[in-house]
Amino acid sequence: MTGYLALADGTVWHGESVGADGHALGEAVFTTGMSGYQEAVTDPSFEDQLICFTAPMVGNYGVAEERSESSRTHARAVLMREARGPEWTDWLREHGLVGLTGIDTRSLVLHLREAGAAPGIAVAGKLPVEDAVELARQQPPMLGRSLIAGVSIAEPYVFAPDGRVSIGVVDYGVKNSVLRRLAKADAAVTVYPHDASADDLAKHDGVLLSPGPGDPEPLVTETATVKELLGRTHVLGICLGHQLIAQATGLETYKLPFGHRGANHPVLERRTGRVLVTSQNHGFAVRSSEAAEASHVSLYDGTVEGLELPELWARSLQFHPEAGPGPHDAWPLLEGWVEEVAAAHA
Amino acid sequence: MGVHTGDSVTVAPQMTLPDEAYQELRDAAISVIRAVGVDTGGSNIQFARSRETGEVRVIEMNPRVSRSSALASKATGYPIAKVAARLAVGYTLDEIPNDLTGTTPASFEPTLDYVVVKFPRFAFEKFPGADRTLGTQMKSVGETMGIGRTFAEAYLKAFRSRELDAGAATPWQTLAEMPEDVHPFFQRELERIHAAIATIGDVESLVAGDWLRLKRLGLSDAQIATAAGTTETAVRQRRRDCGVRPAYRRVDSCAGEVEANSNYYYSTWGEADEAPPTGTKPRVVILGSGPNRIGQGIEFDYCCVHAVTTYRELGFEAVMVNCNPETVSTDYDTSDRLYFEPLDTESVLAICEREKPDGVVIQFGGQTPLKLARVIEDAGWKILGTPFDAVDLAEDRERFAGLLKAHGLRSPEWGIAATPDETVEIAERIGYPVLVRPSYVLGGRAMRVCYTAEEVREMPPFERILVDRFVEHAVEVDVDALCDGVDTYVAAVMQHVEEAGVHSGDSACVLPAPSLSFAQSQEIAHVVRVLGRALGVVGLLNVQLAVTGDGDVYILEANPRASRTVPFVSKATGLELVRAACRLALGARIAELGLPQERPPRQWSVKAAVLPFARFPGSDPVLGPEMRSTGEVMASAAELSTALDKAERAAGRRLPRSGSVFISIREPDHQQAVPIAATLVGLGFELYATEGTAATLAAAGIAVEPVRKLSEATDGEPTVVDLIRRGRCDLVINTPEGRDARSDGYAIREAALTRRVPCITTLSGAAAAVHAIASARAEQAVSLQDRIDAERRSA
Repeated sequence: MTGYLALADGTVWHGESVGADGHALGEAVFTTGMSGYQEAVTDPSFEDQLICFTAPMVGNYGVAEERSESSRTHARAVLMREARGPEWTDWLREHGLVGLTGIDTRSLVLHLREAGAAPGIAVAGKLPVEDAVELARQQPPMLGRSLIAGVSIAEPYVFAPDGRVSIGVVDYGVKNSVLRRLAKADAAVTVYPHDASADDLAKHDGVLLSPGPGDPEPLVTETATVKELLGRTHVLGICLGHQLIAQATGLETYKLPFGHRGANHPVLERRTGRVLVTSQNHGFAVRSSEAAEASHVSLYDGTVEGLELPELWARSLQFHPEAGPGPHDAWPLLEGWVEEVAAAHA
Repeated sequence: MGVHTGDSVTVAPQMTLPDEAYQELRDAAISVIRAVGVDTGGSNIQFARSRETGEVRVIEMNPRVSRSSALASKATGYPIAKVAARLAVGYTLDEIPNDLTGTTPASFEPTLDYVVVKFPRFAFEKFPGADRTLGTQMKSVGETMGIGRTFAEAYLKAFRSRELDAGAATPWQTLAEMPEDVHPFFQRELERIHAAIATIGDVESLVAGDWLRLKRLGLSDAQIATAAGTTETAVRQRRRDCGVRPAYRRVDSCAGEVEANSNYYYSTWGEADEAPPTGTKPRVVILGSGPNRIGQGIEFDYCCVHAVTTYRELGFEAVMVNCNPETVSTDYDTSDRLYFEPLDTESVLAICEREKPDGVVIQFGGQTPLKLARVIEDAGWKILGTPFDAVDLAEDRERFAGLLKAHGLRSPEWGIAATPDETVEIAERIGYPVLVRPSYVLGGRAMRVCYTAEEVREMPPFERILVDRFVEHAVEVDVDALCDGVDTYVAAVMQHVEEAGVHSGDSACVLPAPSLSFAQSQEIAHVVRVLGRALGVVGLLNVQLAVTGDGDVYILEANPRASRTVPFVSKATGLELVRAACRLALGARIAELGLPQERPPRQWSVKAAVLPFARFPGSDPVLGPEMRSTGEVMASAAELSTALDKAERAAGRRLPRSGSVFISIREPDHQQAVPIAATLVGLGFELYATEGTAATLAAAGIAVEPVRKLSEATDGEPTVVDLIRRGRCDLVINTPEGRDARSDGYAIREAALTRRVPCITTLSGAAAAVHAIASARAEQAVSLQDRIDAERRSA
């Protein structure tokens, strides 16, 4: 069956459907990682997005339950130059994801790079193009969208009962890799919903503010909670968590034209002068400010990749030290933070 | 696993590992680099990973750039050696810009939105008897690379880029042939190709969607034509009528994430064409030489790269087409635009159509571009320099013979036969010895010197057999010249060290020619001038000649294109031959080039062949009409003997200064061995010889110890083979006799090879070696630049 991607700007990208039937609305974005397709579509940060993989072939090595980064898929559709099945394509159908193959992904990427990540619709079926473009246009833009309530949990739960430190994780759309890395660093891990109170969180030796989807700006309540929390316990923010810490300390966030998504972005760690090759997945960033010098900077476009707020016992990273998928260069940052928290409570 | 990486088909990016496994290898690689203590620069680490258990083992680690780094650089567009050089002088990765994007740093790891496949190029047909099993010893002689948007597309491009010769013996010979235990993923991909080929019926019935499906899979027009039982031209016509044409995409190292004005392209299908050329400069397309192979090696890449540089300097946009990842021509910073594509009709015509060049340059890439000359001309593109007809004139035996006759030039008598009887008939007419070979082959494949009708009849049957009179006891001469269609400039007259009958590519070669008299040199120059004008060469001309003891000059062959010796001559003389040829092709006259007066260089330069026999146990390491060398070295010195000695040393065959020499010479040449043996004894060497040779030497009053052949072995007494194996010989001189003694000679040469004793298989080679041993001296090393300066000053 043929299928296509239509963007709100009216451009149409033809392919063949290999996933679920129907159509899927979302923001069309691309990721340049060469492996880790299953991790990507199950990463809550891809909520309501249509992922274009720049990798030439996707699905080659099948699927495995343990590779999922959460309990369900979050991306709405996958756009591929060449899909490989049957394991991967069956999995797409089972999970209700629209999957298109044969898409001229490179041209799509060049288009998104120039025009910016765009609202779109992936169609596997008979929907007329004009109707599809209209639907794409009607959907709310990512700018200003709060998505964390839809991906967070309702009740706290214990992920790892025992450890040398007690870490509370706020689930704005947390990935399994984050929780696994914490447990691996010998932390006891309790996971909280996105609207957990500062008091509940402050009981822990340290709090990790997780990654998550959408625009951080409308997250007024969460920002206030973080502000209330800062200074009371050790805090590490990752991705959306980093953006919330920035907002809580008076910094601004803004939408990047097409985001950073991939597994090859170099980030300079200013303190040491070292370069980390990082896993990235964010559409928004913290505006740099003279008031708060970044601890980490993107060597790709100079954007803020991390903050250090020692007086508030807080630090934050825009990239993903937990990897999953992507390189492990920044694993030590996550482990080092647990170490730091443990040392403070020794 | 177990096959040398150089002999393996290689794919990038990796296709079958999940991210966690991939990252595990990345982590391990970094750990190994840290543990070994690499501070800066490239490293190469080879892993083995169990498909069943995921267990990982490090196979080897090279703390330096390696063959794989070259491949990886071309595959990703990330120039590893260039970055490593900057790291070595103190830059850090974040300070070095990525050339392709211009804006991102070298710490940005490359990411691919295409697939690259590397194929090894083998030449087993050149080494009959050699074990063809692949293992830890590398046996391939070159490689090709294909880029596509899918594995199948890249695979098929690399596969057909190999340009296998007729009669080639190689692993992966046909699409259907596949080694055992290939990962199921790749098996399925290849099955997809076979399934698609099986669906091809009548091409007339194919519609655009069908064409797109076949082309996206990577099938060439030629493959589709074969499957459909029609011609490639018909397939192409039909496909184009359906509006299906290739699109070109950039290799940018970042999968499109960063705007990159990359000039590195590959083709694919069913996508948008990226950044078509817009420049207003005149434009040339230069065709490369494809994979390195025996007979067509890196010499031609040297020529192509110089051609690119020259045309750029002359105000042209130079566009390079090649498929060999080992070359400089496929560096993106060599040309204005690089197309990493197979050098076949389909690809080259499509590139010409996109580039609309003012000229196509086919003179520098060896035979590969020449084979395309006709279709390029037929498609309406202009070939720069020597017109194709001149090439055809030189290659078509009958036309060439007619031309020589018309201009009063001599060539050995010859004839073409279709049956063994006819072959003998011709041989009897022109007189023995004769050189017999199938007419279509290059590089001396299956060529043999026959002395009798029986030997002629032993030749395997071929459709067309070429019989040439073999000019015995002649000096073989190689000439490189420039020609503007009228005037000819003789750049170098070289003499082969080995006698006629040894392929010119395997023969050592001396410049200037030591055995030629002034009159002979003049005669040769005259012959080449007449020939250059007669052929209408515009650019480079190579002529091989034989000069007999009586001073008769015979033309053996003419190649109106860059020859294998162009780099050697350029370096020995300081003449920029390729540059001159490019200017001639644009219409300059010889007189306008400002060339120095024709004269032999003052320094002696020797080119010696690098022979790969040690890699092919089982094949006879003897020089013959079939070329088998895989490389060459050059040495220059004030004395010929010193240059010869240095060249042999550089080629890995250090000549001894003392010790024992074993001599076994075929019967007709016994007397010629006497002065060689006498010199060796005079130098203090002990001599061993087989019975016949020993008798001749003893009769001449030379002290020699007879030793048994292997076929004469008796209990207890050591044979020559034992002697060599025990390290009692420092040099072996063994000229092969007819086939009767072949087993003996073979055993001797094989033993020498195994024991790494220099083994000389021709008398002239032996004479040169003895001369080198006798009078080579230590010389102060002089840089090439200084030497050429001195040469120019003396002009």
